[in-house]
Amino acid sequence: MKPQFATDYPALDAKFDKGDRVRVRKTAPLGHIRTPFYIRGHVGEIERYCGAFPNPEELAQRRDGLPAQPLYRVRFKQKEVWPDYKGPASDVLEIEIFQHWLEKA
Amino acid sequence: MLERGHHDMGGLPAGKVEPTEHDYAEWERRIDAMVQLLRGAGQITVDELRKNIEALPPEAYDKLSYYEKWISSLTQTLLQRGVITTEELGRKMEEVAGRKK
Repeated sequence: MKPQFATDYPALDAKFDKGDRVRVRKTAPLGHIRTPFYIRGHVGEIERYCGAFPNPEELAQRRDGLPAQPLYRVRFKQKEVWPDYKGPASDVLEIEIFQHWLEKA
Repeated sequence: MLERGHHDMGGLPAGKVEPTEHDYAEWERRIDAMVQLLRGAGQITVDELRKNIEALPPEAYDKLSYYEKWISSLTQTLLQRGVITTEELGRKMEEVAGRKK
């Protein structure tokens, strides 16, 4: 899948394609985590491949964050994320999540 | 144990957002400039700044204003990197406190 933004970093291969169903890992390590707590454990669909970027969890600890981690925009159904969601069933929530936080659902 | 970071409050009940216009104090402009200059010089990264803001104790996280969080985090980052030492910082703070008298 062609990335939205091409980068020159040595990078891991992108293992998900647009439309793939993915589950966000449900874990809570220490450190700087860009995956929101509320979305962990939820299943979504790959909306696009953004590109590969140095891992911010490593950058925050003064390491180079390489190889770069593929970053995806993942689409979730609002009704699945929030049980009491009052809006239309077609409403979605999109979050950019790094590959190491995602597993095939 | 699955533990939510205090800063990671997306989805929690919250009060009404009151949008207001506000100007910045001179010290806030200076903090912003320091952060931009240190980033440009490769002395700090945004990710470290975020980590150190997120590491604030919950009561401090709730109490400190936006730029108070920045200065706290910037200080931690410069201490961790050895750009400044606690000794230097403590002595400078004494000196500044002395000026006001």
